[in-house]
Amino acid sequence: MSGTVWALLNIVGVLGVALTVASGLIWLERRLLALWQDRYGPNRVGPFGLLQVLADMIKIFTKEDWVPPFADRGVFVLAPAIVVATVLMTFAVVPVAPGIGVVDLNVGLLFFLAMSSLGVYSVILAGWASNNKYALLGGLRASAQMVSYEVFMGLSLMGVVLLAGSFNLREIVQAQRHLWFCVPQILGLVVFLTAGIAETHRLPFDLPEAESELVAGYHSEYSGMKFGMFFVGEYLGVTLISALIVTLFFGGWLGPVLPPVVWFGLKTLAFICFFILLRASLPRLRYDQLMAYGWKAMLPLALANLVVTGAVVLARAG
Amino acid sequence: MWSLIKSMWRVFLHTFRPRETVQYPDERPALAPRWRGRIILSRDPDGEERCVACYLCAAACPVDCIALQATEDAHGRRYPEFFRINFSRCIFCGFCEEACPTYAIQLTPDFEMGEYRRDNMVYEKEDLLISGPGKYPDYNYYRVAGLAIRGKDKGQAEREAPPVDVRGLLP
Repeated sequence: MSGTVWALLNIVGVLGVALTVASGLIWLERRLLALWQDRYGPNRVGPFGLLQVLADMIKIFTKEDWVPPFADRGVFVLAPAIVVATVLMTFAVVPVAPGIGVVDLNVGLLFFLAMSSLGVYSVILAGWASNNKYALLGGLRASAQMVSYEVFMGLSLMGVVLLAGSFNLREIVQAQRHLWFCVPQILGLVVFLTAGIAETHRLPFDLPEAESELVAGYHSEYSGMKFGMFFVGEYLGVTLISALIVTLFFGGWLGPVLPPVVWFGLKTLAFICFFILLRASLPRLRYDQLMAYGWKAMLPLALANLVVTGAVVLARAG
Repeated sequence: MWSLIKSMWRVFLHTFRPRETVQYPDERPALAPRWRGRIILSRDPDGEERCVACYLCAAACPVDCIALQATEDAHGRRYPEFFRINFSRCIFCGFCEEACPTYAIQLTPDFEMGEYRRDNMVYEKEDLLISGPGKYPDYNYYRVAGLAIRGKDKGQAEREAPPVDVRGLLP
């Protein structure tokens, strides 16, 4: 009985924290971007402008939620739900701390890869269902981006799996007890980071959105809370990728003195800030540059990393 | 790759820079004396209206936001019967101030003129007229103009000689 209650608490807790962090990120991103551009950002509503999120939410909920008459209604409504659903599903396997976490899957890493691939459907379907050329171009770019980065995203994680000997995220964290995988797997980290940015459609890889070329890309036709779902989905994605980088390469909850949950939160926050710094400083890549970068640089790098790691693991075992 | 890291580092260093923003309602911006803000009509040192209703400001105005009607008092002194500036059109270019031959119309360092109703952006003469001489404390148009007006006959203006009776010069 108490096990069920604990599991329920975990589910509600992880869900609540993930959504709160995601909406809080809207504020954090605006404040940090402002900081790096020598501005203040939202600082009027509440302490440090924290209630800005609330004001934004009220605004977005009271906006007209319009479905264009030329759109494919069913798919149009479904698309924003997919991105949020898939990302939230992945949060289930994230090991926050010993004993905290929704589910302890043996194939946690594979589950994450599967869900992140599903998430791309949201973008493509949104672009298709909008029946708008800019939205469709955004969707097309998303699919091209997906085939370029999904391959090396998976490959870059295989080094970690080889070293830990498990797909289970908890065991991967435990395997980093003596040395965080960011040291032996530095190449894997770089490749996964790149893939993660592309996965969340963040600058410099926000080609599906590309507001300077495609109006707003795949969500050009979206308004109200449907647009809000894409927005929250993006920030959830940022949180998720940061949490996974921490789990896979930076020892998850491991750390001295402070309790494990705090360590996990701090490390994740650091990577979230890194994502925002990326947005603040780097320009958007061109479409073909992204593809070439993925296939010609990142894929060989990931493969080389895999081969070398495999050789080292074999030699050690032998 | 190196340049990417370098630019990220440069941007990160902005964390420690002071912010450029002037937090306006709490922190007042420093406005220059020649700031082109709310337009006023000034008075000469005697407390009379400077405006002689010559229409030059209305003619110079690129957005036609100035409307006035000239009239004359019993002593032949011209003044505007009404003087109306539509500030919802005004672009604060200052051409009216440049055109004004009597320094009557002046722009001031005040920009806080927001209104909830558009009608309230139309300023009448009583809204525009101030009690002082504005930027030119000593200037009095009628004291230097060769025009007969109450309290000053022809030839009594500053640096002005009494008029010569041309007929008296005849041989």
